[in-house]
Amino acid sequence: MSFPWAKQYAPTNPVMKWVDDRLPLPRLVYNAVGAGYPVPRNLNYFWNFGVLAGVALTIQIVTGIVLAMHYAANAGVAFDSVEHIMRDVNSGWLLRYAHANGASFFFIVVYIHIFRGLYFGSYKAPREMVWLLGLVIFLLMMATAFMGYVLPWGQMSFWGAQVITGLFSAIPLVGETIHTWLLGGFAPDNAALNRFFSLHYLLPFVIAGVIVLHIWALHIPGSSNPTGVEVKDEQDTVPFHPYYTAKDGFGVAIFMTLFAIMLFFAPNALGHPDNYIPANPLSTPAHIVPEWYFWPFYAILRAFTVDFILPAKLWGVLAMFAAILLLFFLPWIDKSPVRSATYRPLYKKFFWVLVIDVLILGYCGGAPAEEPFVMLSQIASIYYFAHFLIVLPFVASIERTLPLPASITEAVLAKHGTTVSDADGTAAAAPAE
Amino acid sequence: MATLEQIEPGDIAQEDGVRRRDFLNVAAVSFAGVGAAAVVVPLVTQMNPSADVLAQASTEVDISAIQPGQAIKTVFRKQPLFVRHLTPKEIAEADAVPASSLRDPQSLEDRTKPGKTQWLITMGVCTHLGCVPLGAGEGENRGEFGGYFCPCHGSHYDTAARIRKGPAPKNLVVPDYVFRSDTVVEVGAKA
Repeated sequence: MSFPWAKQYAPTNPVMKWVDDRLPLPRLVYNAVGAGYPVPRNLNYFWNFGVLAGVALTIQIVTGIVLAMHYAANAGVAFDSVEHIMRDVNSGWLLRYAHANGASFFFIVVYIHIFRGLYFGSYKAPREMVWLLGLVIFLLMMATAFMGYVLPWGQMSFWGAQVITGLFSAIPLVGETIHTWLLGGFAPDNAALNRFFSLHYLLPFVIAGVIVLHIWALHIPGSSNPTGVEVKDEQDTVPFHPYYTAKDGFGVAIFMTLFAIMLFFAPNALGHPDNYIPANPLSTPAHIVPEWYFWPFYAILRAFTVDFILPAKLWGVLAMFAAILLLFFLPWIDKSPVRSATYRPLYKKFFWVLVIDVLILGYCGGAPAEEPFVMLSQIASIYYFAHFLIVLPFVASIERTLPLPASITEAVLAKHGTTVSDADGTAAAAPAE
Repeated sequence: MATLEQIEPGDIAQEDGVRRRDFLNVAAVSFAGVGAAAVVVPLVTQMNPSADVLAQASTEVDISAIQPGQAIKTVFRKQPLFVRHLTPKEIAEADAVPASSLRDPQSLEDRTKPGKTQWLITMGVCTHLGCVPLGAGEGENRGEFGGYFCPCHGSHYDTAARIRKGPAPKNLVVPDYVFRSDTVVEVGAKA
């Protein structure tokens, strides 16, 4: 599954050798994230975000498990138990703020990771399965984050649960039955809170499992790289360890610094004050908004205001789900044989239009449902779908791509003003490492 | 164990070409499949409303203190319930609109009990995404049609709590209820 020049695991420590002979786990790790995994030598810092997502998931699991030691999933006491964590539990405030902000950082990292994939064409053959599994992880993350936000049982928790589960009631005929089944009642209450807690605890481990598949699928063809040109021989790669463990380590340090700044100086900046009010089924907050990472999809949901054959509400729900499901077809929608936007001048422009479009959707999703935001989100929603269904196939058919470098090594050396033959000359002259 | 020399009875094809072993395979797998499907039933139904949740299925409401023009907000099945005493003017406004012109065509008569058209009893749950509309409380925004107004996504309901403007697809839901006397209503009971 790896390149023929990948280093083989050869433990010198007799204990490791003994273990490896009986359970080749050290070998597995060595081949996955050690010196046994050859990686293109030209990865830029956008390739840090996969590892950062793993770090973010680890933070969530660790802080989540300890929070669960103090949290009580019962509608009568859930809110109080969260306040108990904040005020009474030793370091409880730190753990809860880390968990709440950790979710936001997880999404920031994953969104950058996804857009990295879009820019450099990482979803294209032979890495379609990596992309598809990544989208499954994204869906699981959204479900987990939504249910987690319900657990404090504040006003936003309650009304978020009411609105999001209400989406299912838009399904014709069986919608109401599904809605009641999901909630275990006619409105969010104890039954819903309990099952959300159960699933919120379960899903992160499911995510961890799908991440294993995601990495497994990635390691079959090996990592892509900013040129999009496949690895041709040994000089195109470096071993993952120590080259990328070091580079990722630097990225993790930056990530941790930003995380700490947020955690200690603005722990509530991304939350809603209304969620510090206990849930009240008889009073809706004036302005219900989901967490920021759902805003683009929430904007698409609300963009439909007119009935057209189907009710507007059902259109909104369909469009919101379609916005994500569409991405599953991306590897087959974008037919351009060139991966990286670096060599696709026209695609590059539209990529940035899409980034701005999603930012506009995000802004509108967080704004009240009034003009001009409704109109803006309608236009931005149209563009979102047009980008994938019309622009991408069109661009792929008319675009004149730039000439690709013959190899990763050539691209790297061209940056430094040398050619492959020069480099070969110097490499031969200088003593090897 | 079968060796190359021995042929077990199950390997011999019957006259219709079906071996005894094929039949046993299909029978065993089908039986296990039905069993597995049966196990799924309790795992799925456990998520439906439990008996104690269903036990709160009906609620008695005393409406004697509600003056014309006033409304109260109470709880039915853990959801808000609006009970509104309409004024003659509000009834006239509701009747002035031809039901066929509405998104969810219903007349005020369809939505109230015969002879009790002044008592409008609806769920306080917006049919869009489930927010509680404003308008039942004193001084709350009643929207452009004088009924209820949902602040979440801007749905306007008229004095018969019918959807008139905004994203909601349906009128506010009228639950089953019965007048037990002139002043007591049992909500959730069928006549």
